[in-house]
Amino acid sequence: MNRTLAILLRNPLSLLGLALVALVVLSAISADFITPFPEHAGAVVDFANFNKAPEWPYIMGTDLVGRDLFTRIVYAYRISLILGVVVLAIAVPIGVTIGLVAGYFGGWVEYVLMRVTDVFLSIPPLVLAMSMMGVLEPTLTNGMIAVTAMWWPWYTRLVYNLARSEKEEGYVLAAEVIGASKAHVMFREILPNCVPSILTKMTLDLGFVILIASSLSFLGLGVQPPTPDLGSMVADGAKYLPDSWWLTVFPGLAILVAVFGFNLVGDALREILGAEQ
Amino acid sequence: MREPSRVTRPLLSLRSVSKTFTTAGRMVRAVDDVSFDVAKGECLAIVGESGSGKSTVAHMILGIYPQSAGEILLDGSLLPARRALIHRRAIQLVQQNPLSSLNPKRSIGASLRLALDVHGIGERSARWDRVGQLLEEVGLPADFRSRAPSTLSGGQRQRVAIARALACQSELVVLDEPTSALDVLVQARVLKLLNELRAQRGLTYVFITHDLSVVRNVATRVAVFEKGRLVELSPTETVFTNPKHPYTRRLIGAVPVVTAQEAELRGRLMEKSNASA
Ligand SMILES: Nc1ncnc2c1ncn2[C@@H]1O[C@H](COP(=O)(O)OP(=O)(O)O)[C@@H](O)[C@H]1O
Ligand SMILES: [Mg+2]
Repeated sequence: MNRTLAILLRNPLSLLGLALVALVVLSAISADFITPFPEHAGAVVDFANFNKAPEWPYIMGTDLVGRDLFTRIVYAYRISLILGVVVLAIAVPIGVTIGLVAGYFGGWVEYVLMRVTDVFLSIPPLVLAMSMMGVLEPTLTNGMIAVTAMWWPWYTRLVYNLARSEKEEGYVLAAEVIGASKAHVMFREILPNCVPSILTKMTLDLGFVILIASSLSFLGLGVQPPTPDLGSMVADGAKYLPDSWWLTVFPGLAILVAVFGFNLVGDALREILGAEQ
Repeated sequence: MREPSRVTRPLLSLRSVSKTFTTAGRMVRAVDDVSFDVAKGECLAIVGESGSGKSTVAHMILGIYPQSAGEILLDGSLLPARRALIHRRAIQLVQQNPLSSLNPKRSIGASLRLALDVHGIGERSARWDRVGQLLEEVGLPADFRSRAPSTLSGGQRQRVAIARALACQSELVVLDEPTSALDVLVQARVLKLLNELRAQRGLTYVFITHDLSVVRNVATRVAVFEKGRLVELSPTETVFTNPKHPYTRRLIGAVPVVTAQEAELRGRLMEKSNASA
């Protein structure tokens, strides 16, 4: 605990990251209470106040149909975070299990699993998600499926490499000699030694999932209107630059804050947990 | 002991056992046509230079990998290539490096308890107490069970590893350089403990070492390995007073891995322990 504090205090950037992440998460959780116009998260039209530059009570201005941009950004955070958490909650167990099995079993099991993983890894993430979204309907659920499909192989790679070196450790031999099951050796002996690296990557990835989801909706393939989404906001607003700058600058900054924040926290976590890169 | 013939039947027999490894297209004959018996209650030391195939013999006895040729018998019955749980329970291992043989992410107690859980030894509810007893039997406090391996010294960790080997109440323990990673004073204490345990419980040891001064203190007989072959097998006294094979003579000539002072110190410590045991 003291070591954790020392690392945090020594590195002001990690404190900044913590503050940014706290800002993002807390605002997303309490969106209903801190936003001036919660109903603007949906399909509301207020032509009396459309395309307004920042002025009270619209601190970040309004969009083309008169909705408060600040409100929509906070709600977009909420959806991005849900997306990120759901994606990781599915991708991480799948990727970790495949990586453990491939790394521990070796032989043809390793060969088959890692070739499949390499195929997924060799397709640029956006291309993979785009082609999936081209087939599927562009809904939030399908967005999650697409992002999940391209995310698990990274955890397979990570855990595969860790498991391959961990299985040479004496404690694995000890468990095998005692007669422990393969499942025990993988999940109870090797996995705990991979957890620091996995947690670190998950934190970093929360930022990247938000970025990828935004990229998808920027291309019109992600979350659909009227659901607020940072990527779509940037895309829609880009047509009105530079006059209506607030339409792109604030959602863009919001993406930056989230990605940057999770990255800084991930780096700090790596140091605190002593995880390997 | 139930019938007269049992007394003379060896606990462990290797008959013409060989092991060939193929790595990168090259064949390495690590163990070449080795036969020996280990009687109940004895401590057979296996000595030889690094790379002479000592660990390979240990690994075949433990069933970590099968022999390429020959047979291994335990208590008169053939050990299969795929070991069942009863075979695993019958032969235990103490490794060289106590730093790696205990999982850094699991408590001492969890590592010890594994053997009890895998083999269903004792009532579930009594196993945690049994773990405490095991620790006390190797001279450690029972409350070490909730500690992490990193909080223990090298000697204490090796005692935990010995306790783990005792957990299954197996007769045969394979020790692969169990004291090589310890400094001389700690080494003497651990050797003393091993001698006491063997005397009290009628354990049988296959004790691998490259340190002939350790052999003097523990072994009843010595098997000398050279390049995968068994070149001499004699009672301990004979090996030191009248070595038959030239290789053994060279090995004895090359002994000083410890200074004369250290050897004397250990000699004194061992004498004291033998007198008190
Ligand atoms: N898993 C393995 N694969 C390939 N070669 C091995 C393997 N294990 C041991 N060897 C080779 O077998 C020989 C004997 O090794 P080992 O039994 O570890 O010797 P020792 O324990 O006496 O130092 C060495 O030449 C070593 O390189
Ligand atoms: Mg060895």
